[in-house]
Amino acid sequence: MVKKIFAYSYIYLILFLMYVPILVLIAFSFTNSTYIGEWNGFSFDLYAALFKDKEIMLALGNTIIIAVISSLVSTLLGSFGAIGAFYSRKRSREVMENLNQIPVVNAEIVIALSLTVMFVFLGNMIFKNNIFSFWTLLIGHIVISAPFVYLNVKPKLAQMDPSLYEAALDLGCSPRQALRKVMIPQIYPGIISGFLLAITLSLDDFIVTAFTRGPGLLSGEGNIETLSTLIQAKIKKGPIPMNMRPLTTIIFLVVLVAAILITIYRNSTKGKTKVRKGRD
Amino acid sequence: MKFRFKRKYLCIPYFLFLILFVVIPILLIVFYAFTDGNGNFTWDALVGFFSSTKKLNVLLVSLLFGVLNTIFCLIIGYPIAYLLANKKYNTNYVIVMLFVMPMWINFVLRTGATRDVLNWIGLSGGEHPYVATMVGMIYNYLPFVILPLYSTMLKLDKSQIEAAIDLGCNRIQVFTKSIFPQSIPGVVSAAMMVFMPTMSSYVIPEVLSEGKIVLFGNSIYLNYSNYQWGDGSFMALIMLIIIGITMLATRNFSENDNGRASTW
Repeated sequence: MVKKIFAYSYIYLILFLMYVPILVLIAFSFTNSTYIGEWNGFSFDLYAALFKDKEIMLALGNTIIIAVISSLVSTLLGSFGAIGAFYSRKRSREVMENLNQIPVVNAEIVIALSLTVMFVFLGNMIFKNNIFSFWTLLIGHIVISAPFVYLNVKPKLAQMDPSLYEAALDLGCSPRQALRKVMIPQIYPGIISGFLLAITLSLDDFIVTAFTRGPGLLSGEGNIETLSTLIQAKIKKGPIPMNMRPLTTIIFLVVLVAAILITIYRNSTKGKTKVRKGRD
Repeated sequence: MKFRFKRKYLCIPYFLFLILFVVIPILLIVFYAFTDGNGNFTWDALVGFFSSTKKLNVLLVSLLFGVLNTIFCLIIGYPIAYLLANKKYNTNYVIVMLFVMPMWINFVLRTGATRDVLNWIGLSGGEHPYVATMVGMIYNYLPFVILPLYSTMLKLDKSQIEAAIDLGCNRIQVFTKSIFPQSIPGVVSAAMMVFMPTMSSYVIPEVLSEGKIVLFGNSIYLNYSNYQWGDGSFMALIMLIIIGITMLATRNFSENDNGRASTW
């Protein structure tokens, strides 16, 4: 019993400490003081101000656009890459695995610098122009997220019954149909989790964005500003801007809902696999 | 000749993408690290790096931060992962999710929040750069340690632990002879998730030490902003070599599944 109490207090203490900075920001989003630690009475002023804050709204829009597009492309590239590699000869599969592993283990700053160096090189040598734009940023985000889609799809391929695809072919499917109707549904959970992971990686990224971005999207003529680059620019000069505090609350709630949904989904799939095992 | 679809062709686009945007850029880094502005071969960046006490100092401080952060995160995270994975203490997956959740909140925002709170309690980066940066690092990387350790701990062989108890091991011996050896793959992959990103981090030292601490990431960033391609590329190359060495050294221990990828 004593051991249990000790264990719980340790878990909850660390959990509490981990959330202190975020909870403090959330708490002070309900007052309109300039500094954290100074309470001016309860108000929703900052929430109203947040939605009128053009800078933050633009950055939020950019962030979401990039996250969605880059994760969709990453999911396509990574999933097809994983399927293709899984059914290739051993040698070519190993090559793909190793190539895919490079961005996974590489430091983000090295990925960012190497891409930038190449974009400058291409710009000077081939395009005779500065090529930094939405497209270079998109490529940067795909490089950091596609390998994780690959890693999420791979185990699902290994779990799949190989005779299903053959059966589809025997029953008259063309290879393309067999892929679409039999294989993709089988590895769907891996593709979805890869996609979600790609979104979180893109939303969170600072370094690659800061290096590879150019003008475009909602930022128009200026360099594309995402939430990460905007916050970084602000906190370099001073404390987190007041209007960011209600944004923290909103992000926190979105993430909390996502976490709850994942837990529910996880518990439901757990039940399913058990049933299947029972029938076998 | 008619094109016949085969499943293995599906990886061609991704293969080309990886060659174009992963392999070639790294080769370019190597090229820039050993050439001058006109494309002539030179050892300048190498000589410059190893003769500059400032840069060697950056390397040393980065390694130190990497090692210390890995140790602190493991000390704090190991018991948590053990308790979370042990059915006696926790059967609720929500708590595991709570430890992962900070990873999904924008990390620049979290870093800023950590700094503001540290300032509030009088532990500002201006006065205590090392402490503040270390705290920020632990805050950021703790979830990355807990996850891989947790998934290893779930696979602990309970009967071996019971056997150890039956055969007369005391608690410390059970830990050192059964639990810890079984968890080594998790420890290695957790250490990999922390050590290298810490060394090369940019935002955390920049924000939390108010620019007083310069790690590898900051140094590369600085070179990049000053258009010093050669020096920046050489430091990136050193980073790549360090990554390569740690990968080779831990090859036999680490688990195949990646901690970050197994989040879901």
